[in-house]
Amino acid sequence: MGILDCTAVELGKKIQAGEVSVREAVEAVIEQIEQTEGTYHCYITWDKEGALRQADLIQKKIDAKELTGPLAGVPVAIKDNMTTEGMLTTCASKILGNFVPTYTAEAVRHLQEAGVVIIGKANMDEFAMGSTTETSAYGATKNPWNPEHVPGGSSGGSAAAVAAKECFFALGSDTGGSIRQPAAFCGVVGLKPTYGTVSRYGLIAYGSSLDQIGPLCKDVTDTAVVLETIAKADEKDSTSILRNDTNFTAALIEDVEGIKIGIPRDYFGEGLDPEVSAAVKKAADELRAHGAIVEEFDLSLVDYAIPAYYTIADAEASSNLERFDGIKYGYRTTEYEGLHNMYKKTRSEGFGEEVKRRIMLGSFVLSSGYYDAYYLKALKVKALIKQAFDDAFEKYDIILGPVAPTTAPKLGASLSDPLKMYLGDIYTISVNLAGLPGISVPCGVDSKGLPIGLQMIADCFNENVLIQAAYTYEKIREQLQERQG
Amino acid sequence: MANVITDETIEYVGILSKLELDAAQKEQAKKDLEEMLDYIDQLGELDTDGVEPMSHVHPLCNRFREDVVTNGDDREHILANAPEEKDGTFVVPRTFD
Repeated sequence: MGILDCTAVELGKKIQAGEVSVREAVEAVIEQIEQTEGTYHCYITWDKEGALRQADLIQKKIDAKELTGPLAGVPVAIKDNMTTEGMLTTCASKILGNFVPTYTAEAVRHLQEAGVVIIGKANMDEFAMGSTTETSAYGATKNPWNPEHVPGGSSGGSAAAVAAKECFFALGSDTGGSIRQPAAFCGVVGLKPTYGTVSRYGLIAYGSSLDQIGPLCKDVTDTAVVLETIAKADEKDSTSILRNDTNFTAALIEDVEGIKIGIPRDYFGEGLDPEVSAAVKKAADELRAHGAIVEEFDLSLVDYAIPAYYTIADAEASSNLERFDGIKYGYRTTEYEGLHNMYKKTRSEGFGEEVKRRIMLGSFVLSSGYYDAYYLKALKVKALIKQAFDDAFEKYDIILGPVAPTTAPKLGASLSDPLKMYLGDIYTISVNLAGLPGISVPCGVDSKGLPIGLQMIADCFNENVLIQAAYTYEKIREQLQERQG
Repeated sequence: MANVITDETIEYVGILSKLELDAAQKEQAKKDLEEMLDYIDQLGELDTDGVEPMSHVHPLCNRFREDVVTNGDDREHILANAPEEKDGTFVVPRTFD
């Protein structure tokens, strides 16, 4: 088994044991990037010299026994909406094309303290607005399973980099499915934590009440280790929560005996690809065969999640993106007459189509005369959706379903009809509205050879049961695959 | 109910959004906005009388701290990102004549 075939935790062990040096691990990743990046375009920025410098510094600390953790020396990719001091951070937008932050996002800083090597900044949909990574101002990322298809989004570069072995794990962010959906499309594991678990300090805001940072990894073990490393309360994020239950690796237990799993009937209606449906139901059957109690139920309100989400997320985005004004950082238009004309021209030239579309909808639903009818109404529907999940979690430990209605679509097939693209978020979006943790784990491959993802959702603060069930399912699938040779 | 976005409304949205749209972009924006609002209107099917709007999923309250400066002077690096700077400050276009 080559270095690149190791998981992050396996690599970390080899580094601690002195079997692989940090430099060897980084060089292996760089060699891979040089070979495949031309095809996949997972990164907006990557820094060979910087990575090798980090590698030597980290190796010294490992040799001095100052860094003994599982992630020390492991090369990672960071989604380009998290600030990295001294390293270009574009949010995949022209408007931040030259932005070099003066500080590092808190989640990234926790990884640095654990001794990871940052290889570069992963491609994404512009300002995380999109489901395919095609709205990036720096070109689309391709799916490593088949480069004619999208990797999903918005954390498409992060997911593709893990799948293409251009890093050992990556950080992404999830506002309406942006970790879980690309994880599903690229056949990796992605987890969106309970809102407030990971600090948003240094995450360039899209929908602040929905955004969470989380890991994209090769397996559930890596996912638990990374989450444990970044899940820390932070006074710089006023919505961050102090939790005393973040020992997520303790949940890596192969046992689903007695775990109650609910499958929403409403997730298996019209629009769901039959192959995705079959793979997800088969996964549920396997969990049942291993002792889980699996039932179908009616979650309700599923169809209302998307309109509520786009109202709330776009309202927040219109406010959050006001800061891009061509004064303090980023792009400024070259010719203008006065301040307001400068603002308008800068923003019109600096933002892409999808971002402008969402800013306009957001501005509209917050405007006087429409605020109650749209924004306030959506917040009330959000309360109803949260209540529907609360009711479900009275009965179940886990809600299980698909991540997305289909596997990865072809490049260019999604952007022409925004509403249709939004409908692809139907299974992931309500999780953000209700602040819940959700995980995507691979559960099969369709007849086109593209991976299918299984989504499991738990009640707030119950990542442990999520990780235990996902870990168990991963082991079941490994055993099945071994038996099938 | 089909929503109709007038020229005046799209003009107003452009002002609120601080975006400059040409004639073709305005027509496209009207169409996109109408389509999304028609879609969002289905929220009206739900009876939300008496439901408290939920802006935040967790019952959090404000956390106060002493107003103490903890970050250092980073003026040089911060200004390095500015499109235009002069004498250690941001330069903005003239706003008054």
